[in-house]
Amino acid sequence: QASIRLRMKSVTVRDALNQAMDEELERDERVFLMGEEVAQYDGAYKVSRGLWKKYGDKRIIDTPISEMGFAGIAVGAAMAGLRPICEFMTFNFSMQAIDQVINSAAKTYYMSAGLQPVPIVFRGPNGASAGVAAQHSQCFAAWYAHCPGLKVVSPWNSEDAKGLLKSAIRDDNPVVFLENELMYGVPFEMSEDSQSKDFTIPIGKAKIERQGNHVTLVSHSRFVGHCLDAAAVLAKEGIECEVINLRTIRPMDVESIETSVMKTNHLVTVEGGWPQFGVGAEICARVMEGSAFNFLDAPVTRVTGVDIPMPYAKILEDHSLPQVKDIIFSVKKTLNV
Amino acid sequence: MKTMLTVISNALCRITGKNVGARVAVTRNFADFTPQVTFDIKKCDLHRLEAGPPVKAELTREQGLQYYRTMQMVRRVELKADQLYKQKIIRGFCHLYDGQEACAAGIEAAISPSDHLITAYRAHGYTYTRGVSIRQILAELTGRKGGVAKGKGGSMHMYAPHFYGGNGIVGAQVPLGAGIALACQYRGNNQVCVTLYGDGAANQGQLFETFNMAALWKLPCVFICENNKYGMGTAVERAAASTDYYKRGDFIPGLRVDGMDVLSVREATRFAADHCRAGKGPIVMELQTYRYHGHSMSDPGVSYRTREEIQEVRSKSDPISLLRERMLSNNMASAEEFKEMDVEIRKEVDDAAQFATSDPEPPLEDLCNHVFSNNPPLDVRGTHPWSKLKSVS
Repeated sequence: QASIRLRMKSVTVRDALNQAMDEELERDERVFLMGEEVAQYDGAYKVSRGLWKKYGDKRIIDTPISEMGFAGIAVGAAMAGLRPICEFMTFNFSMQAIDQVINSAAKTYYMSAGLQPVPIVFRGPNGASAGVAAQHSQCFAAWYAHCPGLKVVSPWNSEDAKGLLKSAIRDDNPVVFLENELMYGVPFEMSEDSQSKDFTIPIGKAKIERQGNHVTLVSHSRFVGHCLDAAAVLAKEGIECEVINLRTIRPMDVESIETSVMKTNHLVTVEGGWPQFGVGAEICARVMEGSAFNFLDAPVTRVTGVDIPMPYAKILEDHSLPQVKDIIFSVKKTLNV
Repeated sequence: MKTMLTVISNALCRITGKNVGARVAVTRNFADFTPQVTFDIKKCDLHRLEAGPPVKAELTREQGLQYYRTMQMVRRVELKADQLYKQKIIRGFCHLYDGQEACAAGIEAAISPSDHLITAYRAHGYTYTRGVSIRQILAELTGRKGGVAKGKGGSMHMYAPHFYGGNGIVGAQVPLGAGIALACQYRGNNQVCVTLYGDGAANQGQLFETFNMAALWKLPCVFICENNKYGMGTAVERAAASTDYYKRGDFIPGLRVDGMDVLSVREATRFAADHCRAGKGPIVMELQTYRYHGHSMSDPGVSYRTREEIQEVRSKSDPISLLRERMLSNNMASAEEFKEMDVEIRKEVDDAAQFATSDPEPPLEDLCNHVFSNNPPLDVRGTHPWSKLKSVS
C-alpha cells in the first residue's frame, strides 16, 4: 500500500492535458495543434506550454483570430487524413465556428455513408470562470451533445483530463472536449498507471467517484467536486451519496446511472449549465424511459445554473451557479428529510 | 506685441527642436496665452481617395486643455483600474487603454453626441468620452450597484446613449456598427456610426461580410481599426497577410492615421464622417497606436515585445506628452496649469475609486431582472426547483 502511494504523483489538470497532447504528438505524427496563442504564447491558459518549443511551427500552429476560418481549415485537414486538435480559446468563441463543427465535422461520416471520417478534437475551456461576465461564461455541453455524429467529453480531474484527451485524439470521430478554466490549476493525485504513455480512459463510460446507498448524484466537470463536498457534509448526518462523474456527455453512460438509481431510489443531477434542455433534463428523460423509473421514490431533482445570462458582480455571480449548499438542500428535499 | 510673440514662438520652436511648425495667430493682446495655433500634422496614407484630411489642424487653447483633460482622465482611470485589479477588487477581464488615449479623445472631438459609437472590449476610454462618469465606470469595474450597468455587465459591457459598448466577442461589434449605420440611413438623420475594432479583429470574416454590405448599401459607417501592433500575444506580421489595415476594406476607401496625435485623429475622423454624411458610403480608417499594458491584466505584455519598445513609445510618442509639449512650446498654457489639472484629475479619480470601493454590491433581488424588455414579470428557475426567482423588465 505504502509503495503504491509513493508512486502517486500530484499533477494539475493543466499539466495532465499538456502531457496528453505531448504524448499523442510524439506517438502519431499526423497529430497537430492549432488555435489562437497556442504556440509562441504557450497557450492563453498555458495548457500548451512547451509544445511549440518541442515540436515547432509545423505541429503547433498559431492562428489569427478567425474561428470560423481555422475551424474549417482544421476539419479539412482531418478529412485529408491528419488528426488535428483545434483549440477554441474558450468555447464561447466556438459559436463563431459552430457550423464547421456540426455541419462539416459531425455529419460528414453519415452523409458520406462511411466514406469520409473526420478525426478531429475541438478542445478548450467551457462554462463559467470567475468574473468574466455574460459573453464568456456559457456552458455548451447541451448544445453539442444534442447533435448526432459528435462525441462530447467533459473531464473533471487530472486523470480524466489526461485519459480522456488521449482517447479523444485517438478516436476517429469528431470529439468536443470541454475543459474548465477554474480546474486547470487544481492538483490531483494521479496513479502510477495513469502516468503511463498508454493510459487512456474510454469515452462513453462514467465513473463512480464515491459509493453510497441513499441518493445518486450525477454531475460532470467542476461540479463533481461540489458533489463530493456535499457528500462529505451529508455523510456526517448519516446520508450516504453515490457520486457519479459522467466523464462523457455523449454518448451518455445511462446504464451506470440506472444501476445506481436502482440501488438508491433517488437521483439528483448537478451541472453548471442552464436548466432548459440541459444535461440534467436529458438524464431525467432517459431515466423515465428506462428500467430505473420504477425504482424512483421521488422525482429526479436537477441542480443547475440560474436561468439568466451570467452577471458580473461577485455576489450575483455566486448566486448564479450551484453552490454546495444548494446540492445539500436539494438532496434533503429529494429524500424528504 | 505681435512681432515679439512671433519671435518668442519661433525661438521656442528652435529651442525645443520640434519638427511641428506653428504660426501664431494673435487676435488679442491682453491674454497671457496664445488663444489659437495652427499646427502641421502628418499627411495620411490614402487608399482609393483623391484627397485626404487637411495637413493643418487648428487648436484653440480651450480645445487643447479639454483634449488634455480627457486624455489624462482616461490615463488615470486606467492606471487606477490596474491598481484595483491587482488588489483583486476588480475581477475577471480588464483590458486597459493607456497609450491609446488620443484615439478616443480625437474621435469624440470630431463627432457629435448624436452620432453613434461602438467598440470592442478595450472600452473604458470610449465609455468616458461618450459621456459616462468615471464614478459609474469604476463602480461597474468593481461590480457595484452604482456601476453604469448596475454591476451586471463588468468591464466589457458598459453602455450609454449612442454608445453600444463594450463587446466581448472579437469582431462581433463590426456588423453591429454597420447595423447602427443602417438605422441612421433608414431614418435619414445625417448621423454616422463610428465602428471600432483592433488589428486582431481585422482578420475576422464577419468584417469582410460587413464591408461588402456597407459598401453595397452605402451605409454611413466609419470603420476604424485601432492598430496597436499586437493581437493579444501575436504581432501583426504573424496574423495578417496584409498589415495595411486601411486598405483591407478593398473597394472601401481608406486612410492611415497617426493615432498618437489627437489632432491627426480629429482631422481624419472629421474627414471620414463628412465622407459618410455626404452619402459616399463607408470609409475605413487605420489609427496607428500603442498600448502600454499587456492585452489584459492577465498578460504581462513582455513575452512578445521588449520593454525597450514600450519605453521608446512612452518617451517619444506619448499622446498626452505630445499635446502638452505642443501647447507649452506655443505658449498656449503654462506648465503650472497642467500640473494643477493633473492634481485635480488625480483627486477626481481617487474620489471615484473611493465611491467604487465603498458602494454596495447589487442586491440579490436584481439577479434575474433585465432578461426581457417591456415584458410582464416572469418566474425564473433558480439553482434548484424550489428556488423560484422573479424577473422584471
